[in-house]
Amino acid sequence: MRSNLRLFLIGGLLVTIALAVVVSGFASSSPDGLERVAEDKGFLETARDHLFVDGPLADYTVEGVDNERLSTGLSGLIGVLVTFGVGLALFALLRSIRSGSEGDAGNPGASEDAGSTRAP
Amino acid sequence: MHIPDGFINASTSLAAGAAAAGGVGVSLRRAAQTLQERQAPLAGLVAAYIFAVQMLNFPVAAGTSGHLLGGVLAAVLVGPWAGCLCVAVVLLVQSLFADGGLTALGLNITNMAVVGVFGGWAIFRLLRRALPATKTSVVVASGIAAGISVVLAASAFVVEYAIGGAGGAPVGTVLAAMVGVHTLIGIGEGVITALTVGVVLGVRPDLVYGAQDLQAPLVLGARPERAAGEVS
Repeated sequence: MRSNLRLFLIGGLLVTIALAVVVSGFASSSPDGLERVAEDKGFLETARDHLFVDGPLADYTVEGVDNERLSTGLSGLIGVLVTFGVGLALFALLRSIRSGSEGDAGNPGASEDAGSTRAP
Repeated sequence: MHIPDGFINASTSLAAGAAAAGGVGVSLRRAAQTLQERQAPLAGLVAAYIFAVQMLNFPVAAGTSGHLLGGVLAAVLVGPWAGCLCVAVVLLVQSLFADGGLTALGLNITNMAVVGVFGGWAIFRLLRRALPATKTSVVVASGIAAGISVVLAASAFVVEYAIGGAGGAPVGTVLAAMVGVHTLIGIGEGVITALTVGVVLGVRPDLVYGAQDLQAPLVLGARPERAAGEVS
């Protein structure tokens, strides 16, 4: 079961990386719905530049990488890995908080699949 | 759908920041209480997947594009509490990419991680109740709820615009335009969400939070709701 889940996660991550790195190069560069409405209704100019507009990853590019598609793809890879890392850390933390206070959670079956899958 | 700095005034942004903090705070607590062990890594993957697919703008009308918001997708896969956190994490990371204003982070979390997730989840639950208890129903309900959730999130922006919009455009025309274009974007959201939920249901149906009721009473006499009071 554990290896099956791990396989699923690895497969899912590979698909995710492929989407961010490869498919992102084919994304539409037209303004999105909100930006379009703001433009049409005349409040687009109220937008201010983002604080990180000159940052190394601004607008889904990587500073110093001139090839546009490569730059976007690379920024996508970085974003996916950072998001995955932050997400894993956050949810692992939440899990550990829970197992720490299992007694008052009123949920004795909390670790329902822990018996077979929790690491020693 | 990402609001940049400046569209909405400071006090409204601050109020939305408080609403966002409240939503995320409750979600942290509830996710800590309810998240199953095997769903924790899945939630990380869901966040990463939403980040990736949000990069994939698809054309919806002449010169306009849209992308997945992912609220219903996350809620159906890992539950609304963890789902809210997934979308909030994505919005936070997107700040590194200068996407969505920093002062607008509370507005964006409110619209996409709170209204989009919990509004969409409520619609998903209603649809599930109305439809037969099958995998197909889960896929259909996910798609429809996802589409409507985009319109809900767009409407939340219009509320914020009505309260503290910096531009002078009449609220009525902004509402009509936002709902119009986001109905189209919602179709894309529905298709992507239904496809993704369908694939996960096909491969690992046990991982889909929104389909847990479909899990047959399985192995070792354990009931699907194994959590409820089975001490030994």
